[in-house]
Amino acid sequence: MIELNDGRDAQWRAELRAAIKPKERGAVERVTMAMLDPQERIRCNDEVNRGLTDEQAHSEATRCLDCANPQCVTGCPVAIDIPGFIKRVEAGDIAAAAATIKRTSALPAVCGRVCPQEKQCESKCIHNRMGNKPVAIGYLERYVADWQRNHPETEVAPAIVPNGRKVAVVGSGPAGLTYAGQMAQQGFKVTVFEALHEVGGVLKYGIPEFRLPNAIVDHEIDGLRRLGVEFVTNCVVGKTITVDELKSEGYEQIFIGSGAGFPRFMNIPGENLKGVMSSNEYLTRINLMEAGRGGDTPVLTGHTVAVIGGGNTAMDSSRTALRQGAERVMLVYRRGRDEMPARREEIEHAIEEGVELMTLHNPVEYLGDESGRVKAMRVQRMELGEPDASGRRSPVPVEGAIDEVPVDLVIVAVGVSPNPLVPQSVPGLEMSRRGTIVVDENTMQSNIDGLVAGGDIVRGGATVILAMGDGRRAATAK
Amino acid sequence: MERSDYVGRLQTMNKIIYKEQFSAAVTKLVVEAPLIARARRAGHFVIVRCGEKGERIPLTIADADPTRGTITLVVQAVGDSTRKICALNPGDCLTDVVGPLGKATRIERFGTVLCCGGGVGVAPLLPIIRAMKAAGNRVVSVLAGRSKDLIILEKEVRDSSDDVIIMTDDGSYGQQGLVTVGVEQVLRREHVDRCVTIGPAIMMKFVSLLTKKYDVPTEASLNAIMVDGTGMCGACRVTVGGKTRFVCVEGPEFDAHQIDFDELLMRLRP
Repeated sequence: MIELNDGRDAQWRAELRAAIKPKERGAVERVTMAMLDPQERIRCNDEVNRGLTDEQAHSEATRCLDCANPQCVTGCPVAIDIPGFIKRVEAGDIAAAAATIKRTSALPAVCGRVCPQEKQCESKCIHNRMGNKPVAIGYLERYVADWQRNHPETEVAPAIVPNGRKVAVVGSGPAGLTYAGQMAQQGFKVTVFEALHEVGGVLKYGIPEFRLPNAIVDHEIDGLRRLGVEFVTNCVVGKTITVDELKSEGYEQIFIGSGAGFPRFMNIPGENLKGVMSSNEYLTRINLMEAGRGGDTPVLTGHTVAVIGGGNTAMDSSRTALRQGAERVMLVYRRGRDEMPARREEIEHAIEEGVELMTLHNPVEYLGDESGRVKAMRVQRMELGEPDASGRRSPVPVEGAIDEVPVDLVIVAVGVSPNPLVPQSVPGLEMSRRGTIVVDENTMQSNIDGLVAGGDIVRGGATVILAMGDGRRAATAK
Repeated sequence: MERSDYVGRLQTMNKIIYKEQFSAAVTKLVVEAPLIARARRAGHFVIVRCGEKGERIPLTIADADPTRGTITLVVQAVGDSTRKICALNPGDCLTDVVGPLGKATRIERFGTVLCCGGGVGVAPLLPIIRAMKAAGNRVVSVLAGRSKDLIILEKEVRDSSDDVIIMTDDGSYGQQGLVTVGVEQVLRREHVDRCVTIGPAIMMKFVSLLTKKYDVPTEASLNAIMVDGTGMCGACRVTVGGKTRFVCVEGPEFDAHQIDFDELLMRLRP
């Protein structure tokens, strides 16, 4: 591990802290990130958020009070030294800021874009308690990662002392990549096994390029390659090779991060009509296989599209449908807008682009034409009742209130289940009733020696950053 | 960064080492894929991609040679992607091959097993015929095609079958008539303990209706539309016994008498 001299007591940092009074720092207004115009962006796949300018980043960095007991770090599942990197930004040493983040996060350009910071680090910022807006930690993280990518010559390579031991990773999504990066920095030889032909997991097949460009994911993966991490694509552990084989090849720990890529359906009549598909299928065809963007893979398009669900994947699907040329996109969700699990920013972006929210509605049936293509959906109107186990008010059907709405494409985004492929192939592995791998939540250790797991295969459908936190915990558990 | 030996062995080139044209549209390819050749069982399939922008296409494995490290694929050119694959020549490489995927066929000593294949479906049926024979079954095979040149792998099927009936739509070879004519001949003349059918969905539907009439347990191997082939997309979903199942991870073989073939046919029509 390299010495960055970035402790809070370092002289440069103490001087920087003293240069501006906390009150003045608090008075600086939080930056607003530039965005593409909604009408322009739905005609392309370009990234919507444009990043901060150098001036904006510097100004935002001065807002951070460099607290003695920074709570933001406790809100970060991978425990990034947040004040440490932000003060480097304020001091103008962005390369050092990047090195600070990279010590605990292998994917800063990804997290800076897709993390729900408002629920994590930024929710703990001291400014909240003083009635101010929190420091835009996510924007700054993205700024630092993007700056580093554009200035590769400044990259500070961590000094790795190989320890002669090796570990394997199953699945190349955020959990697996984080585990790989952490173990590589500790000196382990790491091999990542990926079932698809591309590395990146949900970051590639799931999240659209207008939110997270594939080239940015590839850059982060190249960073792992430079740390010595090896990738094997087209290899399904449990099918092509077995966990036992990996053990006999000398891999002393195997991290399973095979994800929750098993789409749920609602089991309602007409769900198997043509033109009704999972968000996984829709997004994979477009994001990974480049359907409609020069790839050989086809994808159905629709004039009137219904997306079912209220999470980030539903937002991604509805916004993708607009970019595919749909004239009308409805987002059908059984609760209200306030109960949607999607990030506020994603909901706002979707509305700006023209997605219609059809909240308090739940599909009960799809109707097809004579060729079997969906032509309408029957939706049940709902109202909010008592709070349920999740604390959200649960939706209750309004008796007799069923509408028929014409649609020619339906994207079902009502959640995913853990992918059974890898767990099924490991005899004796303890699974939960929900199909997730049971682990010790501190060490991510399963009931089988040498087998650790993290991400959605353990959680059943969560966020990128929680998956990364699992990868880090598995790698740092002693 | 140098690759470790083990990793080097895992990243294969998927080189085509042999090609044979069964008919104008049907091509046999022998592909270097040592890991898949070692792991596969009768009934498994692979996902193949041809070209950096290529589509992921599911193909059932027709044969494998673990010592030479090869698998055999039989491909019918029906669309752009399959035409691209069929145009490859020995020395060329498939961009990606991943597998073996799906569940292997249940092979047991059932007694008498009727294996009926239509068109290119005979290719994935062949390893099942061989495995059923090796397990000590009496194997009766019915092969069907539109015309003589679409009957493939007849010699290989004969080598592992106790009896073979050939049916062609136009009567250019074997008996004239649909596959069901041959199947019913067998069901009438002898007791059959199990039936396995692979071919076009419409053919499997009618074979299934017939074996149901004779109360013969039947497995049909479905060739659904897929993207990833590992359970991720759900494009391959099919209704079996009133429940939605994924062909890629829960199949490709299902109890034919429980399959909603009409829905499957509807989903396969463009």
